[in-house]
Amino acid sequence: MEEKLRDNHLLVSASPHLRTKENVPRVMLDVIIALVPAALAAVYFFRWYALRIILVCVIFAPLSEWVSQKIMKRKNTIDDFSAVVTGLLLALTLPPTIPPWIAAIGVIVAIVLGKAIFGGLGWNPFNPALVGRAVLTVSWPLEMTTWIKPITSGLIQAVTTATPLNIIKEKMIEEKLPTYLEMFLGNRAGSLGETSVLLILIGALYLFYRKQITWHVPLSFAGIVVFLSFVLKLDVLFNLFAGGLMLGAFFMATDYVTSPLTRKGQVIFGLGCGLMTMLIRLKGGFPEGVCYSILIMNMLTPAIDKFTVPKKFGAKSRMSTNK
Amino acid sequence: MIRKLRGGIHPLEEKNTKDLPIRQATEPKQVVIPLQQHTGVPCQPLVKIGDQVNVGQKIGDINAFISAPVHSSVSGKVVAIEPRAHPLGPTVLSIVIESDGKNLVDENVRPKGNLDSLTPAQIKDAVREAGIVGLGGAAFPTAVKLFPPEGKKIDTLLLNGAECEPYLTADYRLMVERAEEIIYGMKLLMKALNVQQGIIGIEDNKPQAIKTMITQIKKSDSTDYNLRNQELKKIRVISLKTKYPQGSEKHLIKVMLDREVPSGGLPLDIGVVVNNVGTAFAVYEAVVTGLPLIKRTVTISGDGVKEPGNLEVKIGTLFQEVIDQCGGLNGKVEKVIMGGPLMGLAQYTTEVPIIKGTTGILLLKDSGIIESQPCIRCGRCIDVCPMYLMPTMYALLVEHKKWEETEKYSIVDCIECGCCAYVCPSKIPLVHYIKYGKAELLALKKKI
Repeated sequence: MEEKLRDNHLLVSASPHLRTKENVPRVMLDVIIALVPAALAAVYFFRWYALRIILVCVIFAPLSEWVSQKIMKRKNTIDDFSAVVTGLLLALTLPPTIPPWIAAIGVIVAIVLGKAIFGGLGWNPFNPALVGRAVLTVSWPLEMTTWIKPITSGLIQAVTTATPLNIIKEKMIEEKLPTYLEMFLGNRAGSLGETSVLLILIGALYLFYRKQITWHVPLSFAGIVVFLSFVLKLDVLFNLFAGGLMLGAFFMATDYVTSPLTRKGQVIFGLGCGLMTMLIRLKGGFPEGVCYSILIMNMLTPAIDKFTVPKKFGAKSRMSTNK
Repeated sequence: MIRKLRGGIHPLEEKNTKDLPIRQATEPKQVVIPLQQHTGVPCQPLVKIGDQVNVGQKIGDINAFISAPVHSSVSGKVVAIEPRAHPLGPTVLSIVIESDGKNLVDENVRPKGNLDSLTPAQIKDAVREAGIVGLGGAAFPTAVKLFPPEGKKIDTLLLNGAECEPYLTADYRLMVERAEEIIYGMKLLMKALNVQQGIIGIEDNKPQAIKTMITQIKKSDSTDYNLRNQELKKIRVISLKTKYPQGSEKHLIKVMLDREVPSGGLPLDIGVVVNNVGTAFAVYEAVVTGLPLIKRTVTISGDGVKEPGNLEVKIGTLFQEVIDQCGGLNGKVEKVIMGGPLMGLAQYTTEVPIIKGTTGILLLKDSGIIESQPCIRCGRCIDVCPMYLMPTMYALLVEHKKWEETEKYSIVDCIECGCCAYVCPSKIPLVHYIKYGKAELLALKKKI
């Protein structure tokens, strides 16, 4: 018995009729998975301080997205997990002792002013997590620059201290710098995510393996920092491991929406970020330059896109001599 | 010199019909022969309702350079000349012939000669009269390619045995089963073009085809004595790294000869002519038996058909008839595609005829239609574009109706291969935007 297709309603759409299984939620989930090691390290070093900030951010981010989309009468998109990524990233840039209510405000700012008002995912010019962080830094400068030593004993004791970059910037001769190994493994003062270089790299390796990021941005970003440190006779490893460079280079500057479209553009972007980071670290008012350098390069992304249009196949200047 | 294909994708091959030999489809009771089955000017009918026609009889032609005549694929009576559904979308004036089942061959169908006896001009004439068009799907009149304009010197003929789309295996089976005829047809084309170099490009996922073609080249060296020995050695096979869209004409030339067809130009601008292996086979038939293009090998596949296969079908047979011969539908089918899954055309009905450019009929249970998300500027489309373009820009500009700016981003250079939409995580219908943008840009230019 043959079913006649005349009764079967055929669907028509443009080619291609085949696609990869990759979708936006999967991309976002990969980023979340990649950040889990660093998040666990934060909880290990800063215990309850870290956990509560991460929870607040990861809950309030999709919540504010849901509320803002409802108010704006837009389609609800929290199931693409992009808000969760923003929340988690913001949490990792915050100092452990920040009061949770300030963290919550930061997340709301990140989602609403950093993303929703521009039209939602894909339309924001600035990295939303960094927008949140920047607003918090200028609004609560004291809370945003209070650091504690990692909590090593059983008792929860918050001992305020300076970050490695603070020590260098303010020339605190009495303070001891952590060793390279301590900085690499995460046993140092800093924001939740800027501690363990090792775990950030493990997360980044996962993203490379899953083909979610390529070397262009992180290598240019970290590369020029290394290069400039070397040329200016500064401590290369220190500048590489200190502050938010590793987190920034692999997780913030690689944000698709706010970085250039082409690979060439991404290299320029990375170089600019690294240059700006060093400039702020050495000459600027802040001890750390990663956050603002990325925001500044975000601003330049449309221009970079315009100037890095690839040369098409068969373009006149591409023609080699014909045999 | 072999270059790497820059960009492109690796979809699943799904070549589940590759070991199924070509089998003859049953004779159709009625055929619908559209007067346009080629790129170019449509034909005018040469017969009228009630006329008796024979197999291979010319029933449509037009006096225009870029055109190809159409012939009857059965013997019988012309019962209608009217617009009929066509797989490329709108209805096209078609000649409907009721077969008498006798398969009487037209008197004009007789051997035209052979490689020795025919001059290049005679070969070109035979190709033209046989209505041969590119059988890889584009259906460009082959004879036109054999008449390069003044000043364009052709030095190489490339034969396209890549068949890079998933599912399709018609060309593969032709190479495995009819290598002799393909090589002969290739030599005819080389003589017509007066070229010294002929190279066949075959993707490396077809090792058996590569073997049979190489064996046939060696065998034919001794039998085709008119082409002097040094010319025979100029035919060779290149194994191409399997990647979509390696079978794209421009990319075949780039990878095999390291020459880039200039934007807005044609292969003959850089001394090359490319033909599909099926086309070479048709040239052989047109010359050696005298039969014009009235049948072709089609792959019927997909998870929506019970018994996939490679069938040799008469042009004008309706899709539905051929599907029935392959076991019929395998449950509910959402999409019927003419061609491959990446560039093929979805059909709204199966009451459309198989035309010269029908490489395959795919029946898919899942239409693949999915709601799209906003662009996240990931750049994957740019990474995979084999023409080095920025597909995401086209979607953005077309959405905002900025037609002129699509031209600045070279939208006309897009070959609509589908690599971009294939990789897009937001499932944006990029090729659809591009087709729309191209059409609007063209309309805009016509107005100016």
